Amino acid sequence: MELFDLSGQLVQQAQDAPASRQTFTFMLDGELITPPPLPPDTTLLHFLREHLERKGTKEGCAEGDCGACTVVVADLHHTELRYRAVNACIQFLPTLDGKVLYTVESLQNGHSLHPVQQAMLDCHASQCGFCTPGFVMSLFALYKTQPAANRQQISTALAGNLCRCTGYRPILDAGQRMYEYAAALPSAALTDINAPRGSKPEPHALVNQLQALQNEQPSLALDYQGQRFFAPSSLDELATLYQQHPDATLLAGGTDVGLWVTKQLRYLPTLIYLGKVSELDYIRIDTDKTQLEIGAQVTLEDGYHALLKHYPELQELHQRFASPPIRNAGTLVGNIANGSPIGDSMPALIALGSSIVLRSGEQQRTLALEDFYLDYQQKDLRPAEFVVAVHIPLPQAGQTLRCRKISKRFEQDISALCAAFRLTLDTNHCVREIRICFGGMAAVPKRATAAENSLRGQPWNRVQIEQAMQALAQDFTPLSDMRASAAYRMQVAQNLLLQFFEQQADLSSSLPPTDFKQERPA
Amino acid sequence: MSATLGKPIKHDSGHLHVTGHARYTDDLPEPKNTLYAAIGLSPHAHANILSINLERVRQAEGVVAVITAADIPGVNHLGGPAQDEPVFATSSVGYIGQSIFAVAATSMGAARRAVRLADIEYEVLPHNLDIRSAVAQASFVLPTKTLSRGKPTQAIEHAPHQLSGQFELGGQDQFYLEGMIAFAQPREQGDMLIYNSTQHPHHDQIVVAAVLNRMQKDIVIECRRMGGGFGGKESQASLFAAIAALLADKTQRPVKLRLDRDEDMTITGKRHCFDIRYQVGFDQHGMIQGVKLDYASRCGISADLSGPVNDRTMFHADNAYYLEHIDIISYRAKTHSQSNTAFRGFGGPQGMMAIEYVLDDIARHLQLDPLAVRRINFYARAEDVHHLHPEQSPTNSASAKQRSTTPYGMPVTDNIIQRIVDELEISADYQQRRAAIIEFNRHNRYQKRGIALTPVKFGISFTATFFNQAGALIHIYNDGSVQLNHGGLEMGQGLYTKVAQVVAEELQIDLKQIRCTATRTDKVPNASATAASSGSDLNGMAALDAARKLRQRLSDFAADTYATRRDAITFKNGEVIVGDKARLRFAELVHAAWLNRVSLSATGFYKTPKIHYDPATMTGRPFYYFAYGAAVSEVIIDTLTGENKLLRTDILHDVGQSLNPALDIGQIEGGFIQGAGWLTTEALVWNEAGKLMTHAPSTYKIPVAGDIPPEFNVKLLENNINPEHTIYRSKAVGEPPLMLAMSVFFALRDAVASVADYRLNPRLHAPATPEAILNALTALSPQNSTSSQDAPTA
Repeated sequence: MELFDLSGQLVQQAQDAPASRQTFTFMLDGELITPPPLPPDTTLLHFLREHLERKGTKEGCAEGDCGACTVVVADLHHTELRYRAVNACIQFLPTLDGKVLYTVESLQNGHSLHPVQQAMLDCHASQCGFCTPGFVMSLFALYKTQPAANRQQISTALAGNLCRCTGYRPILDAGQRMYEYAAALPSAALTDINAPRGSKPEPHALVNQLQALQNEQPSLALDYQGQRFFAPSSLDELATLYQQHPDATLLAGGTDVGLWVTKQLRYLPTLIYLGKVSELDYIRIDTDKTQLEIGAQVTLEDGYHALLKHYPELQELHQRFASPPIRNAGTLVGNIANGSPIGDSMPALIALGSSIVLRSGEQQRTLALEDFYLDYQQKDLRPAEFVVAVHIPLPQAGQTLRCRKISKRFEQDISALCAAFRLTLDTNHCVREIRICFGGMAAVPKRATAAENSLRGQPWNRVQIEQAMQALAQDFTPLSDMRASAAYRMQVAQNLLLQFFEQQADLSSSLPPTDFKQERPA
Repeated sequence: MSATLGKPIKHDSGHLHVTGHARYTDDLPEPKNTLYAAIGLSPHAHANILSINLERVRQAEGVVAVITAADIPGVNHLGGPAQDEPVFATSSVGYIGQSIFAVAATSMGAARRAVRLADIEYEVLPHNLDIRSAVAQASFVLPTKTLSRGKPTQAIEHAPHQLSGQFELGGQDQFYLEGMIAFAQPREQGDMLIYNSTQHPHHDQIVVAAVLNRMQKDIVIECRRMGGGFGGKESQASLFAAIAALLADKTQRPVKLRLDRDEDMTITGKRHCFDIRYQVGFDQHGMIQGVKLDYASRCGISADLSGPVNDRTMFHADNAYYLEHIDIISYRAKTHSQSNTAFRGFGGPQGMMAIEYVLDDIARHLQLDPLAVRRINFYARAEDVHHLHPEQSPTNSASAKQRSTTPYGMPVTDNIIQRIVDELEISADYQQRRAAIIEFNRHNRYQKRGIALTPVKFGISFTATFFNQAGALIHIYNDGSVQLNHGGLEMGQGLYTKVAQVVAEELQIDLKQIRCTATRTDKVPNASATAASSGSDLNGMAALDAARKLRQRLSDFAADTYATRRDAITFKNGEVIVGDKARLRFAELVHAAWLNRVSLSATGFYKTPKIHYDPATMTGRPFYYFAYGAAVSEVIIDTLTGENKLLRTDILHDVGQSLNPALDIGQIEGGFIQGAGWLTTEALVWNEAGKLMTHAPSTYKIPVAGDIPPEFNVKLLENNINPEHTIYRSKAVGEPPLMLAMSVFFALRDAVASVADYRLNPRLHAPATPEAILNALTALSPQNSTSSQDAPTA
């Protein structure tokens, strides 16, 4: 744990940091772009449309929910080139520092269309065309990250893109056909842009350029008429900066903070961006091999992939968590630190007994995740304290985990409620330990203490389950809102416990429960 | 064999779409003194305005102009017969989102921040969004209408069986991906050009002229394409054109008004939601003897298009069924909410949902296959009607005639629903799968499947007869290239492509020689909305008329030049063959004609024949013809949570003789999925204060790619032509496929009914969200089943 071994020397370095960098640079179509002074909360979409006159990227919602603004960002991630689809509408421009950007205009090579574009055209996959550039870019991201994809994978990759005209069938067809077109490309015709994943060695020139860009020092610090943006490049620098600016807004993926600006028109005087703190970008198993540790800069997508290696039971939650562009930008720790009562990560993480590491200045402490949430939007956070990492216990023998999310739409929707159950039975088929946690049932993600207590030590049978279902009514007094009524939330919370009971035998024998999504017609 | 007609030609903008080069209104270059607008909205559902103080707005950074109703040089309303929609509210507000003032500023951000600084004092008044409360208080935007035939009361009383019921049918936001936007540019002498994302430029032209106190000649509206319309931009785009024009006129600078998504959904109207009640009498086979349908819709604060929308509900109360004794009543409730408006189907879907619900209930009551009950009630087949009445005019004698006239007195002489349903039943394995599903449900405790086959018969034409006209303008340049313009709007449906196919066919030239130009009110005047599925029917015919005139002139010129008979001249594959005397390229003939001073520009015009309709009696022939289709959907539900999934859909749809099968399939699939969204996930929720809480994609859930059925078989009905002389015997396809999605709702209802062994009728409301499904299941559970017919709704 040398990471948290805070030597005075490191702190000293941060304090003595050389003069900061006042501009930033990213690459677009082979050119280096250094934007002029602008408010640091300028969105990438705004910059593309209003400053670069690139009108192909569209605004459909300005909240990262429709995908019309999808662009692809490439960066070096642990020395590997990584392509990610992101929503330009809520991405603040300075977060592009040191990255490569691709927009729909980047794909065409002279008069010839990119295989993605040609496939979209040939499959009649556009009608009004307004969403089309976003679909093209989400497919382009898939093309650059997977050497092949089946229909389900294509559909999942497009979960963040709304189309109101086509009914999607031709777009899914295009997702398959783009690979056929790619396979037909002569190798001499392959370029950095049209080569699908795995068909061509990584472009060294690009990697080198990115290396140079990403290593630019010193740390970025922008000041636009008093509005500040800091991008510290070390954990100590971050801790120090936050102490100096305790009212600053911490920015990771920006998938929520972006909306404060685009929707609430809030003025954010100071932003501290975590994206350059590589010390926070780690996924590891601790030395005792008891827990998985995920740093604050790990994206939701990478974080869930790490979780899934140990907890394949969370597959459905992963697929249904927001959309690929949101999972590519947002971070797992950001989801936790944001602390929304309907955040989807917390029920499972609390059921698993996760803890978080908090840091303020040089002070560091560890807290059980469930103790972090005090009340609606109230967290146990001290001044200038931030979440460094989440620690998730590794699976224990005999433990059964189930997480269920309920929403109007299967994919890319916010939970009406989300439930997680972790059960260990003893040799007498009695409950040795059970943890039940719900999102969407209270002002915070919350354990069902009364239900847990009614089950603990009791035989694992239907009678006990029905009592526990009744006990849930003592645990929660849910609200009615646009996602669900209070009565529905309570009824389904109870039924999900019953469902867990009914499926438990299958789950513990590691047979997957009937996956609704995979059902086929009669 | 035609080079273009009936071929899967790509959308004319497809290449621009995929490269990002298609220009929408917000993508047009901006003159450098452009200002940006935002609208100040009412935060109250119902209130008197006591005072308006906009001083802080005026002082805000970047603000150049602030306008209220007092700044309007002309009238402060958006036209229409009722004149009940102000541009800016003055003394009172009637919904959350109503416009009160507007700002032009040097940036979009400055304008949007400034409007939040208004100091407006209100006296808050009681508000109502409930449909039946409005009906009880006689709060209506328009008078109640009724349509009756026969003796429904007696027929119901004397029938062997009776049922009654009620259900709620939610509305739907259009959710076009491109939100409302208008970009007004003052020119000279009061002349104003407005780029608007609109389905009805002429309507916007009328409104803007009236608001600015000018004449229509002074206003030009242009729209090359919309990023979707779906009816939402038929009437309501005019408000934004008017506000942009007012600000542009006041500042004499270009003004762009682009709505944020939340503003768009908060301000604009949606598909009407309904409360529907019925009484029905029927025999032991399920044949309806008499039916009473009570439709009450939430129209919102003003009439807008609620009159024709609700009329179309009444006209589609029959769907594909002959209803001899019928009583339809239609209440148009005034509520303190967005003024509901056009949305694909235009009231028709709600009309049909009622009778489908009734038939579904009858089938379960009689323990019959719902398909058998639907079948027995169908209108007479076209061939039977024609056999008896070859002149297509029904008489009083035969039974086929008796089963071939709509409640509004229009003979149904083109009915092919039996053929469609018969073919679909087999191709979709309906009977086998239904048996397998019943078996599955016996053996699965928590997961249940359902299946339903539902038909569609949809009337094509604007019910306002005068709208059924169209104009086109074609220029041939002396290099043989062609500019094509018409009054129709491109919103994704491929209208420009289809009309270009018509012109290419008529002139026998390559599509590449034709450029479709933006729809503008100064090219084709007085054009109707692109709506009512009529785009290709009307504009295709108008363009055909113009192309024929030009072809005629070129033929005349060639005949004169080569001293041959006109009928010896043929246009073929880019060439003109002048009998055995000459063979010219089209461009050569055009160039020669130009040198010889032949006019190479022509207008075309079309008006739909045969239609007539008396709004006072609601009788006549409002529709030129009907479009037909049917769908089978299979679903699965989880009875513990109400979660559900569409597993398979089979569609067989009638587009007559297709102009372009790729575009037609696109309309069918897209319409079906949009309809499935309406009936499943797309719940609109207003809170107690009357605020729409589902005003963005984060809260309002339209289908995504993962929601489409994994097995999705869509076919056009083959060997099929429109018996009416439409454009190349095709049929309209914009709206009818949306209603194919009724099959999804009734499949869900079938799955729900399985938990009570199909003996009880579930009270399932639309949209069938997981919560609605769970509520319907709960009401069927043994402890609640006795009250299942009148359980309170959540």
